[in-house]
Amino acid sequence: MEYIAPTRLDDALAARRAGASIVAGGTDWFPAKGEAPFSGTLLDITRIEGLRGITTDAAGIRIGAATTWSEVIRADLPSAFDGLKAAAREIGAVQIQNAGTVAGNLCNASPAADGIPPLLALDATVELAGPEGTRRLTLPDFVTGVRRTALEAGEIVTAIHVPTPEAAVRSAFVKLGARRYLVISIVMVAVQLSLRAGRVHDVRIAVGAASPVARRLQELEAALEGLALADLPVAITPDRIAGLAPIDDIRADAAYRREAVPEAIRRALQLAGGD
Amino acid sequence: MDQHAAATPTQFLLNGTEVKAAPRIGERLSEMLRERLGARDVKIGCNAGDCGACTVLVDDEALCACLMPAQAAAGRRVDTLSGLVAQDPDAQRLAESFQHHQAAQCGICTPGMMVSAVALLREVPQPSEGEVADALGGVLCRCTGYRSILRAVQMAHAADTLAPAPQDLGAPARRLDGRAKVTGTERFGDDVAPEGALVARVLRSPHHRARFTFGDLDAFVAATPGLAAILTAADVPGENRFGVIPGFEDQPVFAEGETRFRGEAVACLVGEAEAMARLDLSAVPVDWTPLEAHLSPAAAQEEGAAQLHDTRAGNVMCEGRVRCGDAEAGLARAAATAEAEIETAFVEHAYIEPEAGYAEMVEGRLHVHVTTQAPAMNADGLSRVLGLPRASIRIAPTAVGGGFGSKLDLSLHPYIALAAMKTGRPVRLCYSRTESIATTTKRHPASIRVRVGADDSGRLTGMIFEGTFDTGAYASWGPTVANRVPIHASGPYHVRDYTARSRAVHTHAAPSGAFRGFGVPQSAVAQELAFDRLADALGQDALDFRLLNALRDGQPTVCGQVFDSGTGITACLEALRPAWTDALRTTAAFNDAGGRLRRGVGIAAGWYGCGNTSLPNPSTVKAGIDREGRVVLHQGAMDIGQGSNTVIAQIFARALGVPASELVLVGPDTDVTPDAGKTSASRQTFVTGNAAKRAGEALRAAILRTANAGPEAAVTLSGGTIHVEDGGRVHRLDPAQLAPDAEGYVLRAQESYDPPTEPLDADGQGVPYAQFGYAAHLAVVEVDIPLGRVRPLRIVAAHDVGRAINPLLVEGQIHGGVAQGLGMALMEEFVPGRTENLHDYLIPTIGDVPEIESHILEIPDPHGPYGAKGLGEHALIPTAPAILGAVRRATGAEVTRLPLTPARLRAALREAGHA
Repeated sequence: MEYIAPTRLDDALAARRAGASIVAGGTDWFPAKGEAPFSGTLLDITRIEGLRGITTDAAGIRIGAATTWSEVIRADLPSAFDGLKAAAREIGAVQIQNAGTVAGNLCNASPAADGIPPLLALDATVELAGPEGTRRLTLPDFVTGVRRTALEAGEIVTAIHVPTPEAAVRSAFVKLGARRYLVISIVMVAVQLSLRAGRVHDVRIAVGAASPVARRLQELEAALEGLALADLPVAITPDRIAGLAPIDDIRADAAYRREAVPEAIRRALQLAGGD
Repeated sequence: MDQHAAATPTQFLLNGTEVKAAPRIGERLSEMLRERLGARDVKIGCNAGDCGACTVLVDDEALCACLMPAQAAAGRRVDTLSGLVAQDPDAQRLAESFQHHQAAQCGICTPGMMVSAVALLREVPQPSEGEVADALGGVLCRCTGYRSILRAVQMAHAADTLAPAPQDLGAPARRLDGRAKVTGTERFGDDVAPEGALVARVLRSPHHRARFTFGDLDAFVAATPGLAAILTAADVPGENRFGVIPGFEDQPVFAEGETRFRGEAVACLVGEAEAMARLDLSAVPVDWTPLEAHLSPAAAQEEGAAQLHDTRAGNVMCEGRVRCGDAEAGLARAAATAEAEIETAFVEHAYIEPEAGYAEMVEGRLHVHVTTQAPAMNADGLSRVLGLPRASIRIAPTAVGGGFGSKLDLSLHPYIALAAMKTGRPVRLCYSRTESIATTTKRHPASIRVRVGADDSGRLTGMIFEGTFDTGAYASWGPTVANRVPIHASGPYHVRDYTARSRAVHTHAAPSGAFRGFGVPQSAVAQELAFDRLADALGQDALDFRLLNALRDGQPTVCGQVFDSGTGITACLEALRPAWTDALRTTAAFNDAGGRLRRGVGIAAGWYGCGNTSLPNPSTVKAGIDREGRVVLHQGAMDIGQGSNTVIAQIFARALGVPASELVLVGPDTDVTPDAGKTSASRQTFVTGNAAKRAGEALRAAILRTANAGPEAAVTLSGGTIHVEDGGRVHRLDPAQLAPDAEGYVLRAQESYDPPTEPLDADGQGVPYAQFGYAAHLAVVEVDIPLGRVRPLRIVAAHDVGRAINPLLVEGQIHGGVAQGLGMALMEEFVPGRTENLHDYLIPTIGDVPEIESHILEIPDPHGPYGAKGLGEHALIPTAPAILGAVRRATGAEVTRLPLTPARLRAALREAGHA
């Protein structure tokens, strides 16, 4: 039983191999623990060198695993990240954004994780370090189910990578909740698009809280390719929204979610396409 | 490797001072700050990041201390409210501004609010409303409705220019006890236990209904280091049942053999603090056999349903009825009729301070320091459970971090009391948020049907009301709800052919009890909806229709009670006229433009009888002058944030003829203050206020007698001398020269007041209350048609308070009531076993409460102190029906169930033809 806050990744991996529980911002770790006692080793990864902050190189943008949502909001990033920043502002409230981390949001693997749809739209990949070295997984390969990820015992998520987006890419995020601030999403939508001569291209649409894991709607994306902005609303039809499996829960019933998703997509596209 | 907490203590700067502590692995920063470093100004409301009460600055960033590993503070700077107020100019300005604008009511959220605001003001010295909301959106407040907090933060930069108002009766005086709330020195239920106190934790049923047997508890105690004892029903020396209504004491301290709701207590474990923190409650040997549970009154009333209580056939706890005239005949002769059916949800009080306190034995007597609304009733209840004489129990209330009705009942009291008696040591307990939500009382879910009729002029000809209330597993205040509802279900309107029936039914859910309005808010939703429909059927304007039928002086209520003066509902409704006319026009213009947003305006009225229903509920106030010439006011009315510490003092000071600032306030404490009754039923300003007025007058009379002065003489206190000026003649009384009594007082007064009421007959006819207060609210909302979302844009609230003893505090009550009404209308729903935290159970945040415009009307009540009427419950009653009326007027959607979540509204919109 100990608390470890290493500055070197090797030390963290050693602790992880010994079964330590990872904590970063604590915004999910403590609520999950609740009032139960904890008897184990707690590995705080926030002081590991290179795990915090956002860097850019030729290959793309790297978000260190312990980067907080507030750091995302403050970072100077291309407009393709506007949706991610908008999502960051909707995660809990300031206190949560100051502590909660991007990687933590992925690892917690809640169907309602606000960070996942914009990262899906950004084609993000997840970098994991383990005893065998590092590996990278696409986001859909990493988050595999409700509260399930591909993170293996002994591994630590070290970064999220986003390939360099076109400068002209626009993005947006729409969240539906039953109140302002501190609210778990009923559904949320992240979109990206490029606008050329009034027509949309390379549309990406990801929907959360309407299936066990947030997902891209490729069929709809394809159907919208090349359409004029004004023609998007009518083109977003239920038959083009495949693969969602909304459920009834305390926040809304499935029927509402089915109806709200296309409307939220319309609004997100409008936001992204507008001036 | 940098840190091994087991070996190295955690060292950091706390409020500028180097500190160190050795927290457990997995300990939260909040716990370390409070328990190891004495920073009790850091409040804990949820331990899940849902309420923000524990907000601190870590290296200048606002964080929830409950979400940070204690050891992660190593090497950092941590600032809490008390440190900031001592050193930081922004915090000091906020402290002034918060007091000036009444931004702290109970004060439990204030540290989180102020610390968050400091972080903002350092970046943005003069923030916009939106910037304040973004910065404070993570801190929940249940008292203020946030508007005053927004204002206080926005105006903090101008704190130097804020001059305190005078404290005279009628002036918007700051709270007399307000400073502690903004400096982090206020002490709430979990802030007062002595160091080394044992800690209690309660073992509870994980099932809605279950049979259970214990394994070898003695062996478990023996095998668990630091665990002192496990208490069960066998350890209850008195009667293992408690309650609040005579004849309805039905709730066991510990269930025996079978539990009746999820979260019901079966045992209490007590031990050393560190051992209890490491204890896994799921390891306690208990065998559970889940049984079929009935979770709705319909299910509980089915043939063959399990009986919760042997003596209550069909699970019906009690019924209430008010009848006058012939309601069916009234409906039959109506030119138009309308009806409404409404179902409402369990509503949780969600005060940010969970139930907490400690108990200890002192010289053979039991002292209980606890957050409570009803110290004397708590002592009575404990006396029965513990088998102790009432005189052997002292209830010493702490500051109360919100109550709203649920802190009237016993909650943790018996556990800490039994544990202290058993161990002989101080024992503390603070409910977890889950425990608080799952096990304490709730607002009754109601299923209501109303039928109303009017003649062709629009005058009501008859009304029939039937309501079934889910009272949960135990009685609590269910009988009060059943009694109050039929009396109030007419609303403040004149109807002479009326029948109202209420029925309280047991289910296997948490007990329903008192919550701001005792069933009246639920009934008002149905009644006002029916009135809107009836006005529509008649082709009348909704405000005109209400005014036409508003109760007036000289007209009998449905109980046959006639008030010759003070009936203020017409004035309240008239006060809304300009806003109503304006909103009808502006919403229509907005809607004419088309689009997916629609706006609407709604209006609703409410009334509430102040004090107990046809039962005595006296208050007593004592005061004395000591040998140093100080006037000491023994004020027993619990201030749960509403402001009785200030209002009662203002009334007493007026009667005595001295400034309130010169009083020394004592209490509440059952050892030193006479019983001022419970803080509920909007009774403190009215009932205790009257006792304070009488006590002030009596003390003044005693002074004048001693000085041999006439009744018009002026009394002033200065430098320990009492000056009595009578027609130019000045008497100087030197208290040091007078003989003190046993309490040290040379002059004293003690006076009581009990509202004059009369019993009700079988049809509810009689005099249930000595006074009613009146209210009418107007709501403007915007509905997002495709998504079913409601955004309230504006609330106008008109309240007849008889006499505003303190308009600042009146406005605070209005704002807080509106916010709770808004929550009840749009988002609040407790589902047993499902919404036992503050992220699934939603209350409004700072971003959800719109601008509130208050109209404070003063139509004097002949019984009220200086004409004052109660206000606490009134502030909530009309809000939900006004919002629902606005949604209906905006969209045509007919709502049948609260809360009106997006999914429910969207379904209603589909029904109303909105694709």
